Amino acid sequence: MNMIEELLFHSPALIVAIPLIGAFLTPLVSKINDKLRNAFAIFIVLITTILVFMLSYNLFAYEGTKLAPDILSGGIQTYIFGGGPATIMGSESSFAIRILFEIDGLNAFMAIIASILALAGVIYSWSFMKEHTGQDKYYTLYLLMIAGIFGMILTGDMFNFFVFIEITSIAACALIAFYTNSGKAVDAGFKYIVISAVGALFILFAIGILYSQYNALNMAVLANSIQYNMLDKIALVLLISGLAMKAGIVPMHMWLPDAYGRAPSSVTLILVGATQASLYGIFRMAFSVYGKTIGNISPTIVDSVTNINSIGWLLVLLAILTMLIGVLMALKQNDLKRLIAFAALAEIGYMLLGLGVRLASKVVNEGQVGFNEYSNAALTGSIFHIMNDALDIGLLFLVAGAVYLVTKETNLNKLGGLARNMKYTTVFFLIGLLAVAGMPPMNGFSSKLIIYESTYQLNPIIGIIAILCSILLLAVFVKVFHSVFLGPKIPSLKDAKEAPRSMLLAMGIIACIIIFIGLFPSIILENIIQPATEAITNYSAYIGGVIP
Amino acid sequence: MIPFETLLDTLKIQNWSLWNPLIWGIAIIIAYLIIYIIRGFGKKGFKERTEQAKVFLSGNPELEKEKMHVGGSNIYWGFTESLKWLYGSLEKMHTGNASDYILWFVIILGVMFLIIGVI
Amino acid sequence: MIFNIPYIAVVALILIGLYAVVFKRNLIKIVIGITLIESGVNLFLITLAYRKGSTAPIYTASPGGIMSLPVPHALTLTSIVIGVAVLALMLSLVIHIYKIYGTLDVRNLGREEE
Repeated sequence: MNMIEELLFHSPALIVAIPLIGAFLTPLVSKINDKLRNAFAIFIVLITTILVFMLSYNLFAYEGTKLAPDILSGGIQTYIFGGGPATIMGSESSFAIRILFEIDGLNAFMAIIASILALAGVIYSWSFMKEHTGQDKYYTLYLLMIAGIFGMILTGDMFNFFVFIEITSIAACALIAFYTNSGKAVDAGFKYIVISAVGALFILFAIGILYSQYNALNMAVLANSIQYNMLDKIALVLLISGLAMKAGIVPMHMWLPDAYGRAPSSVTLILVGATQASLYGIFRMAFSVYGKTIGNISPTIVDSVTNINSIGWLLVLLAILTMLIGVLMALKQNDLKRLIAFAALAEIGYMLLGLGVRLASKVVNEGQVGFNEYSNAALTGSIFHIMNDALDIGLLFLVAGAVYLVTKETNLNKLGGLARNMKYTTVFFLIGLLAVAGMPPMNGFSSKLIIYESTYQLNPIIGIIAILCSILLLAVFVKVFHSVFLGPKIPSLKDAKEAPRSMLLAMGIIACIIIFIGLFPSIILENIIQPATEAITNYSAYIGGVIP
Repeated sequence: MIPFETLLDTLKIQNWSLWNPLIWGIAIIIAYLIIYIIRGFGKKGFKERTEQAKVFLSGNPELEKEKMHVGGSNIYWGFTESLKWLYGSLEKMHTGNASDYILWFVIILGVMFLIIGVI
Repeated sequence: MIFNIPYIAVVALILIGLYAVVFKRNLIKIVIGITLIESGVNLFLITLAYRKGSTAPIYTASPGGIMSLPVPHALTLTSIVIGVAVLALMLSLVIHIYKIYGTLDVRNLGREEE
């Protein structure tokens, strides 16, 4: 038991360090053999996935069945780099001097999603990239990007967050521009790095403003001592705008169809993970760092409650615009991957909608400020939708990659009648179609029903627009299903075969998880999602992880 | 995580309501069984390579396969044609110009600062 | 008032950099604009660290007097290194774009119809 306890104690550092070391060892391994390099990459991601599952099992389990209960304190695991205590006692107060990783329910949940996407992506890349040159650089950058995403999710320090954002965006830009002979892919990579660099520099500016006031870079110490004066408001605006640009919120969304549509399909899968990690950044900033001012319901700030409601209504408006523009533009596209990218953009709007409804739904009852009963339900629906959307859109992109590999075509006008040759791929696409549109036996239905019911009670128009966008998404994907898979056999595509086996294995893993979550949603909802929701709204427990 | 007995408990159908996914799954399987049985009642014999096996298009001749399949951009023609005023301005907004993306970012920064800081 | 001049310089650098990114059409000028924004943010971080009449924080047995804060110096060094990496990546992508398209005008790139 002692070995497992030691492993679990050091696991936050190992989850970031193992892909990083693997990324630097991959060019050496690839000099020996090609198959050895692919197996080495899958082995590294497999070890990281096992560590993530052990860590989250330890965090979410009930009291009697945990693996190592001594390393948690109040449901939060804190890992301090360099040993020693996190805070030292100064002359009048204590201040935090070390970088630390702080893991509560939401961090573990996002880490589970990122590890499933990474594992499926690496298994898929085995046969998708078989004909290309430069594969050793591809695997190095892939493992580096995985390390960057895990660092962005697990960290508890603001400047560390900025550094990992930059690592992820540099690796992602080089992977998006992988087809260097095609002008469109290189152009998409250039747009991505311009957007990422400007966004990250404004985030650094906001971190500088916050550091200059409170002399702290630690998220928990900032959450403890933040007031809401004018400089803090400027910092909040810069943080939310910079992170929203990286997450693809309208009207800063235009890099998203270019980057998702012109990259190789296995890169798009992990790029979905990077986009959702930026969305996680908005959650962390709004509820934990600024928790005492925005999420607070104490009567002392009851007179500024209309000021704080307006942030929520602004985010709700941006989320509705994202959903509508994503679905309307998706109906008109001719290119398969660009169409699925616009559908992914519409799904990001659903996630932001729950966040906005939670912030906007305060009531004032004879001097007491409180939240309605549906506020927590909206946040639960959003967090559940992050997991469902990552799996659904990932499965659709993997199918699009399989179609491209077999027929070398992505134009919808030239495809047709592929269901006769590619039977398994058609079934997987059908599962993904039903899941994205929110049909009952699949997992998209569970999270979308929670979002419909809770946002309807804030304002009926929001719920109606959400249901309308779901129906239009079904229309978009029925169009794709008809023009790609149904119909007579096209003579120019007559030598299309079934997709290779490792790609079918990756698609099968994701499809099985989709069906399992769809049929038994209450297991995931009670044991993983609701602890994550209680952890993110409980900012005093987050502060208590560092300052005792 | 949870003891095995309570895991089995959650797998049982607890709420027999309309929106339970297990009920929908069982209903879909029963519907497919009924459809399969009804399909078995049909006539089996038809003569191959005569007029009975060809596609009937109200007397029109059948062109080659690539022209017969409705392509991807023609399927929702009615929808996109009637909303042409909306799609025209949307297409003009998505220019593909890298500097316009940062222009939208600056506009959102200004709007957000007005709403949060001033109002 | 004279001690506010570095902050005014920071805002001026960031605004000039944003103007170059938004309104210029040459790709190289957009890259230069991003470098200007990064210089402005680095100058902001260093200006936060200065105290009046202080020396550099590099002594173990100090000769007396106050020293300026060392933490923003570390943040600025990290940011400069990240800026160099991003600049190298952007310029190599510009070389590829020029080899394929033959032009550096940002309005001629990225058309979906080709």
